[in-house]
Amino acid sequence: MGLELYLDLLSQPCRAIYIFAKKNNISFEFKHVELFKGDAESGKLNILKKVPALKDGSFTLSESTAILLYLSRKYNTPDHWYPSDIQKRALVDEYLSWHHTNIRANAPKTMWIKLLIPLFTGQPLPSEKLQEVMEGLSASLKQFEEKFLQDKLFVVGSEISLADLVAVVELMQPVGVGCDIFEGRPRLVEWRDRVEEAVGKELFLQAHEMVLNIKELSNIQIDPQLKAQLAPVLMKVLQ
Amino acid sequence: MELFLDLFSQPCRALFIFAKKNNIPFELKHVDLLKGQHMTEEFGKVNALRKVPALRDGDFTLAESNAILLYLSRKFKTPDHWYPSDLQKRARVDEYLSWQHTGIRAAGCKVYLSKVLLPLLTGKPFCPEKVEGAIEELNVVLKQFEEKFLGDKPFIAGSEISLADLVAIVEIMQPVGAGYEIFKPRPKLAEWRARVEEAIGKELFQEAHKQVLNAKSLSVAELVPELREQMACMLLKLIN
Repeated sequence: MGLELYLDLLSQPCRAIYIFAKKNNISFEFKHVELFKGDAESGKLNILKKVPALKDGSFTLSESTAILLYLSRKYNTPDHWYPSDIQKRALVDEYLSWHHTNIRANAPKTMWIKLLIPLFTGQPLPSEKLQEVMEGLSASLKQFEEKFLQDKLFVVGSEISLADLVAVVELMQPVGVGCDIFEGRPRLVEWRDRVEEAVGKELFLQAHEMVLNIKELSNIQIDPQLKAQLAPVLMKVLQ
Repeated sequence: MELFLDLFSQPCRALFIFAKKNNIPFELKHVDLLKGQHMTEEFGKVNALRKVPALRDGDFTLAESNAILLYLSRKFKTPDHWYPSDLQKRARVDEYLSWQHTGIRAAGCKVYLSKVLLPLLTGKPFCPEKVEGAIEELNVVLKQFEEKFLGDKPFIAGSEISLADLVAIVEIMQPVGAGYEIFKPRPKLAEWRARVEEAIGKELFQEAHKQVLNAKSLSVAELVPELREQMACMLLKLIN
């Protein structure tokens, strides 16, 4: 029993891990966790359990940042992902930390508001909700461009690192639901193209296939029991 | 090397304790948030995000306490237990440092903001429903902390204190500063806290927490009205 990665590619942090592992030829067993299905065993909705998760023998780990760093160390991935130069490394850490309460605070909500909540409640949300989220996301994107990216090719200089990977997967979420945050931001587009190229276009598209075809999700039948379970989670997301 | 800190802020306390405990030479630059000193042009050059803590080491500037703690641990080669070289123990520290942003930190902040800081900034009494809601959230994450991160271990990564415990304790002390009794009903947490205090050194721990534990001493008298309103607005968004 080797390395197991519990992922749903609908989830941004799962995509970061998927791309990182594939790009670095890390062999792992892909354990698909479907967030919107119930767990046959426990009857609980999977979304209430967190993905991504790693299992390496008896060692289990959650939190994508921790998993990415663990993989980079265990499999000795190329230096640029998490540079050994302590200042460059600090800049990766700085981004990974800031990310949680900034880009990741708002980007996921676009999908909840535009697709998932209406899907589960049968009703659309007032436009002010989306506007609020987009405003917050705009502010974060401004900071991203001005402080983290600036005139550099990537967040930490001339090569891609974990910072770029974690950022780009998060920003693809709003794109999937028609909130193209790259529109009108040429510098961001150029950065995204560079990241795609560094990762490999095929791998990038493969990882994002689900989220870029999200309309298919709106056709799934949701079990009424699961709908009821999800209600408190939805309310929390909206706050 | 300069560390720009306000001990009123949890992540600043983690840095202060870490640097002092490890005898890391630094110049403490006090950025008084309640006097709006984070909005000066000078500080903007250190951290464009206008947040504390921040570090300046020659030409190199750095924000985000997790990043600064790790940078210091590497540059000054602090004892291994702070950020263990063992892959799995290190991963446990990373796991906590990641989760806590939206876990303990978020919940602890909400309690403090709604109970102490917002009333101070707006001049209005605190909203009981908001505070109650924040406390409920905090109870949930404290339970997660005890069950998932601490378990039966003396510290988060095992038998010795690490950055994870340090970051956790300073965040938990914030709602304590708001008058919320966290440790009495949670004996396991209280024992963990006692161990952390001892590992850090009681005197250093008290020194770092003097300010936040003295809510009555807080004043926004030196804050200009526009900035006061701006801060109140921003904080209101955070707790909603």
